[in-house]
Amino acid sequence: MAILLEKNTTVLVQGITGREGSARAAFMKNYGTKVVAGVTPGRGGEEISGIPVYNTIEEAVRAQGKIDASVTFVPGPGLKDAVFEAIDGGIKFIVMPVERVPLYDILEMMAYAKKYNVRLLGPGSIGIMSPGIAVMGWLGGSPDFAKKVFVPGPVGVISRSGGQSGTVPWAIKEAGMGVSTVIHIGTEPVLGTSCGDILPLFEKDPDTKAVAMFGEIGGPYEEEAAEAVRNKTFTKPLVVYVAGAWAPEGMRFSHASSIIERGKGSAKDKIKSLKEAGVHVVDRPDEIAPTLKRLIGV
Amino acid sequence: MARLYEYQGKQLLKTNKVSVPHGEVATTPDEAEKIAAKIGKPVAVKAQIWAGGRGKAGGIKFASTPEEAKKIAGELLGSTLKNLVVEKVLVEEKLNIDQEYYVGIIIDASREVRAPVVMFSTEGGVDIESVPSEKIAQMTVDVLRGFRFYDALNLAVRLKVPNQYLQSIAQAIVGLFQTFKGYNCRTAEINPLVLTKEGKILAGDCRMAIDDSSVFRHPELGIEVARESATPPTELDKIAWQIEEGDLRGTCYIAQMASDIKELNYVGYHGIGGGGAILGVDALNRQGLKIANYADTSGNPTAAKVYRAAKLIINQPGIEGYMLGGFIVANQEQWHHAHGVVKALREEIPKRPGFPCVILLCGNKEKESMEILKEGTKDLPGRFEFYGSDKVYETEFLAKRMKALILEYRKDRGIKEE
Repeated sequence: MAILLEKNTTVLVQGITGREGSARAAFMKNYGTKVVAGVTPGRGGEEISGIPVYNTIEEAVRAQGKIDASVTFVPGPGLKDAVFEAIDGGIKFIVMPVERVPLYDILEMMAYAKKYNVRLLGPGSIGIMSPGIAVMGWLGGSPDFAKKVFVPGPVGVISRSGGQSGTVPWAIKEAGMGVSTVIHIGTEPVLGTSCGDILPLFEKDPDTKAVAMFGEIGGPYEEEAAEAVRNKTFTKPLVVYVAGAWAPEGMRFSHASSIIERGKGSAKDKIKSLKEAGVHVVDRPDEIAPTLKRLIGV
Repeated sequence: MARLYEYQGKQLLKTNKVSVPHGEVATTPDEAEKIAAKIGKPVAVKAQIWAGGRGKAGGIKFASTPEEAKKIAGELLGSTLKNLVVEKVLVEEKLNIDQEYYVGIIIDASREVRAPVVMFSTEGGVDIESVPSEKIAQMTVDVLRGFRFYDALNLAVRLKVPNQYLQSIAQAIVGLFQTFKGYNCRTAEINPLVLTKEGKILAGDCRMAIDDSSVFRHPELGIEVARESATPPTELDKIAWQIEEGDLRGTCYIAQMASDIKELNYVGYHGIGGGGAILGVDALNRQGLKIANYADTSGNPTAAKVYRAAKLIINQPGIEGYMLGGFIVANQEQWHHAHGVVKALREEIPKRPGFPCVILLCGNKEKESMEILKEGTKDLPGRFEFYGSDKVYETEFLAKRMKALILEYRKDRGIKEE
């Protein structure tokens, strides 16, 4: 089993005829994801890698019936419209591998999604993968890489860094373990799904025995993880690394959404909060896998 | 966040019906004198820098005559305050302050909220973090519903603002929210919002930052580099931004950390991915090396974008080496990086024989990428070392290799220092 993205999850690809959209749709389908439809206005009636293309989501749903999830391969300034369309189309889980999205657009998407009880992943998330089952987004890269790096197993992975969402599963595999689901929560200043949302889902998943989290400076996410452990919505072993102790105040590292504002969200604060909650905080990222191994005894 | 200066923020507030003191910005003492004469009253001369605590640092001074304003502007312009050079001063009417309020809007990213929060306080003019919570009224905004005039009134009423000021204070709060929304601010703050002895409500100061990803919607603001930074952009930052601007395929981020390098031990640093690349910097520092710049090319950029970044990094005067710190097992197909870097090396290395390059590139299409790198550099006169996934966590080792190659390179150049 896995979380959020399972064997029977039906998936629609928005922007399926674009450079990235068409390449990723083919990869996702070949990996096992149930990609049932794609959308690009003006391209209805075509097929991409055997996936039917529709002009709008309404049209896709009319033809295919209810669709569970959508992944948006559209440019940042166009994301708001894409997300509203998906929500209006009855889709309940939207993965947004899109960066440089105007902030007020993000806020409107968050509010609209909340109103209709829709889960957004990202923006700026490179995706979600349940190894051996399905993938949405950029995670996995290419078939050979996906097979080599992402092997099924008992560890849930939450990453705030896109690059680390490949590196952590790789290190877990090198240590002889595997991954249940890996999620990159995204890079934009406000995110639809964060650690406090994900940990309770991993708690309920019988196949997840422990969770690894790659944290970063800035934002409320590590504090949320600490809170989930304190209030016992997550009780399995949790291993966390927090990157960015080096960062000078006020500096942002690219699309690592890492801003230290008013002294809050510093690596020091996060580590303290996590340790007080009883989380296993490691000092270096290469300690994540060995620590997991020790905790779950595989 | 693209920060705005006080005078820019006040101009935006004015367009949203928030009253601001009479005043204009000056870049020379003569201009300051003319503005003060036009105002015809005692003025405040305020250094325009991106830093809090300006007043205490001597960045705000008062003048009773235009001549005095000229003298003060002469002292402030070109001086350094809080490590920032003052290039502009705002000359505006001096206010007779009766009371100071605070209005601010932030975005709360926590999972329960994910929305803007409007805050109002009767304790303005100080750091809002030092104000007790019972003196702050706040409201989370449902952006689908908007922020209404009566919402603003309620904030002021809750803190028992006297009736005669309610309308004008609510107008200032609503005006700040309209500015925040209309200009896609990341944060916006009026502190203090001043009640003058004459009974007027005016924005005494203003701090605003525009969301990087929204800057393109506001060409009228003339923001050169839509990047978060503690200081105004350098020339290199501006050139780097041109690589990113208008090309949404992947990220290219470059921040200059040192300029006009006169010492040894500087490295051009080209990271891939935020989290891991930072560890590489730590390790370089432990070897006594410093980075001339920080960079990140990730999110699956094109080879062209990577090439332009690498070329800019290698071209920094005074650096002794180039490190590609790809401390991630990347999902992106790394051959785009390999091609981009090879093209930059082929153009730049012949100009600087013996130049050290430590290159770590891991992940998708790693084997192919290594072949591209080795093949593309085998006839070049540089010092190259290439590493893959088995060294992804070996920051110390790679930093030591960088140092070792730099020492060899110094011998070539007859430099004895170590």
